[in-house]
Amino acid sequence: MGKLKLIIKREFLAKVKNKSFVIMTILSPLMAVGLLSLIIFLNEKNSEEIRTIAFVDESQQFSDAFIDSDALKYIDLTSMGVEEAREKTKEFYYGLLVIPKTDSLSQLSTSISFYSNDTPSLDVLSSIESKLEKKIRNLKIEKLQIDVDKIKAIETTVTIAAENFSGEKSSKIGSMLRMIAGGGFGYLIFMFIIIYGTSVMRSVIEEKTSRIIEVIISSVKPFQLMLGKIIGNAMAGILQFIIWAILAGFILYSITIFFGTEAVDSSSAIEQMSPEMVQQMQKSTNSDLQVILLEIKNLPIMTLFFSFIFYFLGGYLIYSSIYAAIGAAVDSETDTQQFMMPVLMPLVIAIYVGFSVIENPHGPIALGFSLFPLTSPIVMLMRIPFGVPWWQIVVSMSLLIITFIGMVWFAAKIYRVGILMYGKKPSYKEIYKWLKY
Amino acid sequence: MNNVLRVESVCKNYGSFTALNNVSISVPKGSIFGLLGPNGAGKTSLIRIINQITLPDSGTVYLDGEILQPHHIQYIGYLPEERGLYKSMKVGEQALYLAQLKGMSKEEAKKKLKYWFEKFEITDWWNKKIQELSKGMAQKVQFIVTVMHSPKLLIFDEPFSGFDPINANLIKDEILNLRNEGSSIIFSTHRMESVEEMCDYIALIDKSNKILDGKLKDIKQQFKTNQFEVGLLSSDKDLLLNQIEAQFIVEKSKAISFNEDFRLLISLKNGETSKELIKFLNNKAQITHFTEVIPSVNDIFLKSVADN
Repeated sequence: MGKLKLIIKREFLAKVKNKSFVIMTILSPLMAVGLLSLIIFLNEKNSEEIRTIAFVDESQQFSDAFIDSDALKYIDLTSMGVEEAREKTKEFYYGLLVIPKTDSLSQLSTSISFYSNDTPSLDVLSSIESKLEKKIRNLKIEKLQIDVDKIKAIETTVTIAAENFSGEKSSKIGSMLRMIAGGGFGYLIFMFIIIYGTSVMRSVIEEKTSRIIEVIISSVKPFQLMLGKIIGNAMAGILQFIIWAILAGFILYSITIFFGTEAVDSSSAIEQMSPEMVQQMQKSTNSDLQVILLEIKNLPIMTLFFSFIFYFLGGYLIYSSIYAAIGAAVDSETDTQQFMMPVLMPLVIAIYVGFSVIENPHGPIALGFSLFPLTSPIVMLMRIPFGVPWWQIVVSMSLLIITFIGMVWFAAKIYRVGILMYGKKPSYKEIYKWLKY
Repeated sequence: MNNVLRVESVCKNYGSFTALNNVSISVPKGSIFGLLGPNGAGKTSLIRIINQITLPDSGTVYLDGEILQPHHIQYIGYLPEERGLYKSMKVGEQALYLAQLKGMSKEEAKKKLKYWFEKFEITDWWNKKIQELSKGMAQKVQFIVTVMHSPKLLIFDEPFSGFDPINANLIKDEILNLRNEGSSIIFSTHRMESVEEMCDYIALIDKSNKILDGKLKDIKQQFKTNQFEVGLLSSDKDLLLNQIEAQFIVEKSKAISFNEDFRLLISLKNGETSKELIKFLNNKAQITHFTEVIPSVNDIFLKSVADN
């Protein structure tokens, strides 16, 4: 036992002291936050740009239809005439809207044109179109002499208040968030398994190529060395995850402080608002963020955290022991390709299946793949934010444990022989023979 | 009980390939035991079995009279031919780690390492990474790591490879020192002159079988061919040569010294003694050189392998 501890300690320190580990751990959350901020910043910058639209309204009916907004300003050039307005727009404005004089309103709706220097942005066009539509509609209502108030009375907006039987409220944003959380965690496990599995493999290959392996295994059993290596790397992975979780918590907390969800901190606040208010609220980024923050609070964070650790360990133990066996079987990293494919396959399938699973988290495909031990770490984790019955989690975890015990045993057999084999790249057939040595 | 290691009828197969076929050796306490053999003969397989890296299919290994058990690794030091250290680990850290794997406590290991590092004058390497050292320097560290736990049995596989002559000498002296302090040493090498110089016993393995073993002195006796190398001065060279050739089987020796006319290799027939040869030569010429030709380990090696 003492020796296993020594090996774990060495492997852990070797991994953690590595510069790339430090950089990955500190830098990647910073980069993620930085990238997100950059995107938000650029978006903001983009919408800050004020575009001025000139219009020539020959029909004389639309002068009150155009109200300036933050991003779009309108200027009436009707008095100039089309030709002159065109010249002026070319020089000073974003575009020129020409509304011709026509006899009927229905003819008008197809004869309006827009001129601009560049291809106009879709946002701008649809914004203008909706303004025109609204105005023309109002004109038509007037013309048909329908009571505007009655029409307003007919208009309805429906917002479904979704709620499950145990009384948890869910909203669209909420289920979106669950998808993101599930997908994110599943993807994180995928990345962790590959990164730390490969790291185990590299470490095995390093021992082989630096030829220290024979010195080490004249002191310890190959199985101890392999296990120590796997556990040491897993601990480094968990450390990294915990650091990230703390950083994420800290960032989330500071965002909460900064934008202040306290104003809307009770879920009833949203319900009390009228649909218009909610809609309006969702239009502004700030309150969007508040809703998201609220929903994040509603996620089963602790369950996610612990199941992440469990499934990471289970999945990682299975895959890293395969990786260790591959590392032992080859002489250099370039030789690993032919063995890597079949290992990566279930992981990639799990990710693909996973992304369809988050659309339908309780279907038969979701169930099957979240029980199958080679895919369950990813798929089950993607389902957990949506709520999974306990018996499924228990079955899935038990299968995972049984599989990793079998896999470690199997890998140890290959490992034991492989680490002392140099020279040629072994075939599958040869590896099969090693199992019987 | 005078053997530190006894290997009895060990067999090892890898699939259909036989690596060791019924091999037995005994390594006496306080001796240097040369384990010789061509490449692929099975030396490394045997060494790995002694180190418990692999298990024999049949046969038994005894260390100090006890059947080899896992805890025995602390009494064995092994310097493999394919050696190496963790490149990105610091020298001191690494040595401590390997010492602890051998069952030493940290304090004990520190003390021992200090002794060895001072002896080899490499104390300032403690915080350097292996990758910053030259190959020869790393070999020194590796040597220390092998011997630091003062094992009863040391196994060196090609210990001099990678060393310059000065350091090779240093290592050689250390190995002899260790022997004098009571360690027993198994020494596997292809450098026959160092076998000649250092080994008390040898065993020769070829094609998975042990074909020769025993005290080096006895083996040399056994391989003697009754040949003598003589240097002669004479006024009439041709006549002398004819006379000798009439009596004995003669070969010209390659070496010749400045103060002589001939150097000959003369083989005696059965029953003839060196006394008679000297008498014969003394009557005919002035003898400047007279030695019995003792076969070198190299010759013994080549002859045994060829005969096998």
